[in-house]
Amino acid sequence: MEIIMAFVIGFLFMAAVYLMLSKSLLRIIIGTGLLSHGAHLLILTMGGLGGEAPPVLSEGAKTFADPLPQALILTAIVISFGVTAFFLVLAYRSYQELKTDDISLMRGSDEDE
Amino acid sequence: MPIVAALFVPLFYKRMKHIHTGWFVLAVPATLAIIYATYIAQVAKGEVFTAELPWIPSLDISVISYLDGLSLLFSLLITGIGSLVVLYSIFYLDKHKEKLHNFYVYLLLFMSAMLGVVQSDHLITLYFFWELTSISSFLLIGYWYTRDASRLGALKSMLITVGGGLMMLGGFVLLYLMGGTFSIRELITMAPNLAEHPLFTWSLLLLLLGAFTKSAQFPFYIWLPDAMEAPTPVSAYLHSATMVKAGIYLVARFTPIFAASELWVWLVTGVGILTLFWGSFFAVKQTDLKGILAFSTVSQLGLIMSLLGASAVAFHSNDSIDTIKYAAFAAIFHLINHATFKGSLFMIAGIVDHETGTRDIRKLGGLMSIMPISFTVAAIGSLSMAGLPPFNGFLSKEMFLTAMLALQNFEFFGFDTWGALFPIIAWIASIFTFIYSFYFVARTFMGNYKPEQLPHQPHEAPIGMLISPILLATCVIVIFFVPNFIGDTFVKPAVQAIQPFLYTTPQDVDIYVSAWHGHITPELLMTVGIIIVGVLLFVTLPKWQGLYRRFPQAFTLNNAYNKIMQGLDVGLNRLSQRFMTESMRHYLLYMFSGITIIVIGSLFLKDAFRIAWQETSPIRPYELILAVVLVIGTAIVILAKSRLTAIIGLGAVGYTVALFFVIFNAPDLALTQLVIETISVALFLMAFYHLPKLGKREERMKFQLNRAIISIAVGIMVTLVALSAHSQKLIPSISKYYEETVYSLAGGGNIVNVILVDYRGFDTLFEITVLGIAGMGILAMIKLRMNRKEKIHENK
Repeated sequence: MEIIMAFVIGFLFMAAVYLMLSKSLLRIIIGTGLLSHGAHLLILTMGGLGGEAPPVLSEGAKTFADPLPQALILTAIVISFGVTAFFLVLAYRSYQELKTDDISLMRGSDEDE
Repeated sequence: MPIVAALFVPLFYKRMKHIHTGWFVLAVPATLAIIYATYIAQVAKGEVFTAELPWIPSLDISVISYLDGLSLLFSLLITGIGSLVVLYSIFYLDKHKEKLHNFYVYLLLFMSAMLGVVQSDHLITLYFFWELTSISSFLLIGYWYTRDASRLGALKSMLITVGGGLMMLGGFVLLYLMGGTFSIRELITMAPNLAEHPLFTWSLLLLLLGAFTKSAQFPFYIWLPDAMEAPTPVSAYLHSATMVKAGIYLVARFTPIFAASELWVWLVTGVGILTLFWGSFFAVKQTDLKGILAFSTVSQLGLIMSLLGASAVAFHSNDSIDTIKYAAFAAIFHLINHATFKGSLFMIAGIVDHETGTRDIRKLGGLMSIMPISFTVAAIGSLSMAGLPPFNGFLSKEMFLTAMLALQNFEFFGFDTWGALFPIIAWIASIFTFIYSFYFVARTFMGNYKPEQLPHQPHEAPIGMLISPILLATCVIVIFFVPNFIGDTFVKPAVQAIQPFLYTTPQDVDIYVSAWHGHITPELLMTVGIIIVGVLLFVTLPKWQGLYRRFPQAFTLNNAYNKIMQGLDVGLNRLSQRFMTESMRHYLLYMFSGITIIVIGSLFLKDAFRIAWQETSPIRPYELILAVVLVIGTAIVILAKSRLTAIIGLGAVGYTVALFFVIFNAPDLALTQLVIETISVALFLMAFYHLPKLGKREERMKFQLNRAIISIAVGIMVTLVALSAHSQKLIPSISKYYEETVYSLAGGGNIVNVILVDYRGFDTLFEITVLGIAGMGILAMIKLRMNRKEKIHENK
């Protein structure tokens, strides 16, 4: 399964990079979203997908899924959410101020005195 | 020592306006010269003096002062000519119009740096003082900083000499790597071992680059004529007597180490003789008095350099040593002579400039009866420069020709075939030297007096200004009559320092200088030839001087320098404008392609790629289905026509990831992922909804090949890295510890949660901080609005 996951993650990264190279700001942020999904899945996969039960003791199972990557991913999800939210609001504000969504039109010093 | 004095100069300048600051400064080099003079007798017997001051002991760096024949000679030149130049500058620079404190601070700084160069035994301190001379020279050339030409000349000399200095530093570091010590004396003792080292040639080349740039050798001489924008005392001091001889000193000092190399002999001799010819040839073309002197300095430095190269030949040959032993002696002897007559000539040029207001040789003429003393000094200097008796230049020129003639007697390094070229080139160069020396005097002092072309009414210079050139001119004559006194006291100890493999004490240097050998020597015949041909060519000068105008401007080295500088400027500008497109997409393209190339490249170069099919978990049907769903969702995001579809596709991907978490036994992750994905999609929809009507274009993303290639490459890279990393488990996971102790140590059952808040609680703390900052940032962005107009208004 890990090998299939590696290809799926590669595909996610490819899509993310393709979107990040686009002109629209919204698409770039969608690309970062895909990128973080890819990264989270990558951490999970690299920790190994074996294990019979979730890492909760009361289940009484013999092997657990590795808890450490899960903890790391949980942290990463929250952080990437915070950053994505911030970026989205930033994008929203820049629509309001600059009246454009096209980053190729966003050049510094056009309106600066 | 002069550095300390330099600190007090501004104080004197500010406090005592009515006395010329130079008088206070004069005491410094004069005292030093007297102190150094007390060492003469002992050094002439072969004694050396050392003093050491630790600077950075942990790095084996210390200031080691080392005084032997060579250093003492240079120190005396620096302080002696320094005193005369300070004396001259007192009358040359006006105490009301000029910023004297700057001038003397720079000059004293230069003097200390130069003394440091010649007395350092430590490579790093030598380099330190070397660059200090470059910097202080830069400051002095740019002394009249309001003139464009001064600034350009200063910049040019700075670039060339500092560039060469850096090369020299590289050579020093290589020497240290080879010898394991920074001390020049210790390096000399291990010289035979160094010659076999593979780095030997590199350090030799780098060191020579440093010496050639500083001493204005071909093709690096171009900064010297432009440095003539400096005040004349500076030109006389730095650019004839001292700084340009730092390279000579370096070559002389390192001769015992590098003389074993054929490359050294050929480079130093060849470049020297080429510079000699080139400088003398172009000196005739100049119309500026200082221009002539600058090219003449270049040419004479080439002469000294070629003699030093020839002196290295003595290292290789024992049988015919008698013929070449003059080379080192002649080099040092001419060094002294050159310092005397070139110093006086520069001062005369300064006097002429000062009294008539111009240095243009076409406007000058007929000053002989108006300025008789200056004329006498100029004539003595010029005749000595041309190599005529009864002046010291004659003696050194004879020895120079002897050494050059001797070169063809050697049967190694190809001297038996090519060696014959050296005396011929030297002879032609001497003819040109003869011509420009006469040209200098004749055009300035003889011919028609043209008062209408002169800015000032000319008259003889004040006596104070004349003292220094008269003293130097006296030296010129005195040295001719007592050459052996100078030879015994100054030259022989220096020669012994250059050729320690030949002589163990200065007394072993068995050279006796005489103006007349008692019989007709070939050198004497050559000198006669020089005079005859020189006079003939000088008389016919107006007829063939037009040849110089034929020489195309495009091939001059200055032109090459300007082209290189402009090319660098324009080229780098174009380069940065090409790359710095201000487009984020281009930068992302660079970054992604860079990462991909490095990662994939190193993956295969290090042979790190492999796939292990074992140790994988079994493939279950719903996992496969979910994987397909994820791929489809991602494809929808890319191919979506409208942004709404893309956002929904992203949401689908997020929920699929959550389902993956469910399948892979990560309940906490699944929960968080579901909640957060929901909020994110809502946020995306909000951003989408607020798109202004104006620029809204619902269109499919345009396909671009380079984007596709880069993104596919990144995807492949991630897959490869993931596969390789998965297939090579080097150390087992530490998670067993968590599983075993989660209840006994932390008292919890949910291992993930216990890791988050107990084992690795710090991560969580700062993750909370991140969320807090993001929240505050969003709030600030929305609430704090200050648009441009308000801001401008407030600033007003």
